[in-house]
Amino acid sequence: MKIIYSLIGVLALILIVALGVGTADLQYLFGVIIPVLAALVFGVGIIYRVIKWARSPVPFHIPTTCGQQKSLPWIKSATLENPQGRWGVIARMALEIFLFRSLFRNTRVELRDGPRLAYGTTKYLWLGGLLFHWSFLIILLRHFRFFVEPVPFFVLFIQRIDGFFQVGVPILYVTDIFILLALSYLFFRRIVSPKIRYISLIADYFALLLISAIVISGILMRYFWKVDLIAAKELVLSIFSFHPVVPEGIGLLFYIHLFLVSCLLVYFPMSKLMHMGGVFLSPTRNLSNGSRARRHVNPWNPPVKVHTYEEWEDEFHDLIKGAGLPLDKE
Amino acid sequence: MSEKTPGPNELAKIEYNPPKKDWMNPEVSFRKGTFNYSAIPKSVEYLGLPYARKWQPTDKDWNLPANWKEILLNGLKERLDKFRSLRIFMDICVRCGACADKCHFFIGSGDPKNMPILRAELLRSVYRNDFTRAGKILGRLAGARELTVDVVKEWFFYFYQCTECRRCSVFCPYGIDTAEITIIVRELLNLIGCGIDWITTPAANCFRTGNHLGIQPHGFKDSVDFAVDDLEENTGVRVEASINRKGAEILFVVPSADYFGDPHYFGFLGYMALFHEIGLDYTFSAFASEGGNFGLFHSHEMMKRLNAKIYAEAKRLGVKWIIGGECGHMWRVLHQYMDTMNGPADFLEAPVSPITGTKFENASSTKMVHIAEFTADLIKNGKLKLDPKRNDHWKVTFHDSCNPARAMGLIEEPRYILRNVCNHFYEMPENTIKEQTFCCGSGSGLGTDENLEMRLRGGLPRANAVKYVHEKHDVNLLTCICAIDKATLPPLLEYWVPGVAVAGVHELVGNALVMKGENERVVDLRGQSIVKKEAIDHV
Amino acid sequence: MYDSGKIIIGLLLFFGLIASPIWYNLASGKGSYKPDIKIVTTEKQCVAPTPYMRTSHMDLVYSWRDLVVRENHRSYNSFTGRQYDMSLTGTCLNCHSNKTEFCDKCHSFVGEAPFCWDCHVVPKEGN
Repeated sequence: MKIIYSLIGVLALILIVALGVGTADLQYLFGVIIPVLAALVFGVGIIYRVIKWARSPVPFHIPTTCGQQKSLPWIKSATLENPQGRWGVIARMALEIFLFRSLFRNTRVELRDGPRLAYGTTKYLWLGGLLFHWSFLIILLRHFRFFVEPVPFFVLFIQRIDGFFQVGVPILYVTDIFILLALSYLFFRRIVSPKIRYISLIADYFALLLISAIVISGILMRYFWKVDLIAAKELVLSIFSFHPVVPEGIGLLFYIHLFLVSCLLVYFPMSKLMHMGGVFLSPTRNLSNGSRARRHVNPWNPPVKVHTYEEWEDEFHDLIKGAGLPLDKE
Repeated sequence: MSEKTPGPNELAKIEYNPPKKDWMNPEVSFRKGTFNYSAIPKSVEYLGLPYARKWQPTDKDWNLPANWKEILLNGLKERLDKFRSLRIFMDICVRCGACADKCHFFIGSGDPKNMPILRAELLRSVYRNDFTRAGKILGRLAGARELTVDVVKEWFFYFYQCTECRRCSVFCPYGIDTAEITIIVRELLNLIGCGIDWITTPAANCFRTGNHLGIQPHGFKDSVDFAVDDLEENTGVRVEASINRKGAEILFVVPSADYFGDPHYFGFLGYMALFHEIGLDYTFSAFASEGGNFGLFHSHEMMKRLNAKIYAEAKRLGVKWIIGGECGHMWRVLHQYMDTMNGPADFLEAPVSPITGTKFENASSTKMVHIAEFTADLIKNGKLKLDPKRNDHWKVTFHDSCNPARAMGLIEEPRYILRNVCNHFYEMPENTIKEQTFCCGSGSGLGTDENLEMRLRGGLPRANAVKYVHEKHDVNLLTCICAIDKATLPPLLEYWVPGVAVAGVHELVGNALVMKGENERVVDLRGQSIVKKEAIDHV
Repeated sequence: MYDSGKIIIGLLLFFGLIASPIWYNLASGKGSYKPDIKIVTTEKQCVAPTPYMRTSHMDLVYSWRDLVVRENHRSYNSFTGRQYDMSLTGTCLNCHSNKTEFCDKCHSFVGEAPFCWDCHVVPKEGN
């Protein structure tokens, strides 16, 4: 049911733009106004969300340590998994963000007769996640050829690597295949695995389907139903230089692609996709384990009602005396 | 064991596939053996907490205050503004499911709401409903649900079914820490008087007498005297132990179970033998007679209230620095919270071992050193004469306590000590130790008799790993550095893997320690014959 | 602890990066650039309709290559009924004779590097 809702949602979006551009000729609306508004919502939304996070302090020093602490000089400490200083934290965060370190640790539990519990490593989720995110990033960087003029050197370089196998015309990009595979994996595991299906919400399917629709429309555009790239880039360039012009005849598929991207931009700040920013602020990962060496300050550390020694001594005075323990009074 | 608890084979029939029904409809049954009793009014009142009343989770009507919903939502709002962790953890979970089978309660029960992700979603769904626009508009479509009495009951059931062990946060790609969420939901529940007795009463005891067990000053003195006598009987050496002595160099703080519980007590003897042998100038405190902190299981505020006495007492006694005994959540508080909450400890000196001269630079601000760090340093510097043969009747494995492992990284120190004090040390499988260690299943105030079935379930992964080394290497002793472990692992192992005892690391130190002027040791600190045991082993 | 400094730097960095097309185009001054291609020919019509050629010439040229090289098939029957020799140099370059002014203009505009010239000799450029 949840899957059907999400699917209907994405199809409805495609229908809107197909009718809008295909039938009502609203090229300017879908080519300029909506994308610009979406970009604004994206920017403002992200700032809003991050500031909201930032306004809540980190009152306590709560890193999750995943290795040996730095204590005695002769015990080798795990600088990456249990960082002590700034550089350790930066390295740990870099591992987490670029290589999904924690997900790499993933295991799968199995209950056998006995009872015997067995834990096997499982890297599929890590691999699928990594493949998806890196492909997404590379594809995004490749798109800079449509965003700027002249096309920067790094984009040509990435394209060369990505199209290394020189299959077909236009040359097939490996990342296009990877992202499709990764998205399919991420989507089907939500359906196939009973546990994951149980915890999945509409939003989880929707995000995957929306991104899949973007990817598929992009792939169709490149390999199957081609659009006028020169005109497409003209449009994009004109937006980025604040003089929007809509050239004739770019092709409907382009508008579908652009509108879905706009939807993603709008959806991004209000969804779980904000994990992109949030991972940087996660206090169990971005703090060093030096809380006994350097005091962490809590800005709202309020005074609390404590039981003082004096009160304690007063209450137990006779017992303390009887036990022959020293007293402060008398 | 109560006769109602099913046997191991029965209990180990676990279905990991969730039911067809949607989790969003709150549904809890408070089945005997799977929940904890409510806090008694006396304790709630003593601590000055609101809504003390007589009620039980099994009651249909929990007698909540009239404006309970307002209290909870305001409380949540306040905490969202105070804790970035909470905001981030509410917002960024992608429900990838990596955490799903990492929780010992899920592994032991198969209850899908024991998957860390869903435990968090119990709160997150309410957060979405009342604090996010999407949730307000789309409601259930956006995974939002209204806060109802049934949701509160569900919170009570499942957030008192999390031991704040942080294992899930090791595997989460964003480090989402269910312990953090559990601490906060328990805070909320306590706002409407829905605490459990095994947390609130020890906290009240601790607030009043200085320790969870409610031992009064003379009782504390008796325990220490008793230990001095026992030690003399076992070793022939009479040690001195001072209490509340001003001017000592070091204040020594242990969890109260150490001087009252079995097998904690034998580790306590180990500490005292060790400190005597190296001539440490230290004192106990009958006021700061508890290092453990059940406040952590209650609220940040209670944690601070109970923790305050340690620095206060260190200051009053004029010691230079502090050593802390073997305890798990206690060390989470000492390592990650104490300095922030009740510091700065500028009246103390940065810790330097008077025996080896080692500066404990990692504790230079908090000025509190873990006993395992202290002892490892002694051994490394050759200050102890050890005879590991005296532990030959034990085949030993080591259980990393959750918090020293995952909130500190105290992993190698106890192992180094063990390798020096015993000859037969075997590790449990890799996925069950160190940062991936499994909880005893009874941590964070859940170690009650009424909760026995859930404890046995939650302890299954740990016990099962012990069973592995028990069968493979004949391991007959599980060592650990946590008071709750020592209290709750013996019945757990008795149930799942009979024939394995539990001991603190310093019990083995005490056994192996060659003391000046000691008798020939024929018994260990438990008073069991070393020789005879060995003979039995070889039959 | 708020770490506001670090968060602000992070946000600035992020927005600096995602808005980089704006800075880049501003700096290059080519934000309103449009490739202006030159064709010197007396022919009125290409081998296929112009909109098709604009988006899909690579498909045509690629199929020509396969037909010629692999199947030794050389004649192309165009949509107007006219027969063409399937040859890049013999047919295409007759009209589109200036690679720099014709091919490269658009190809470098969208950053596509064709591999025609991996085998074919780049034509001498005349007007």
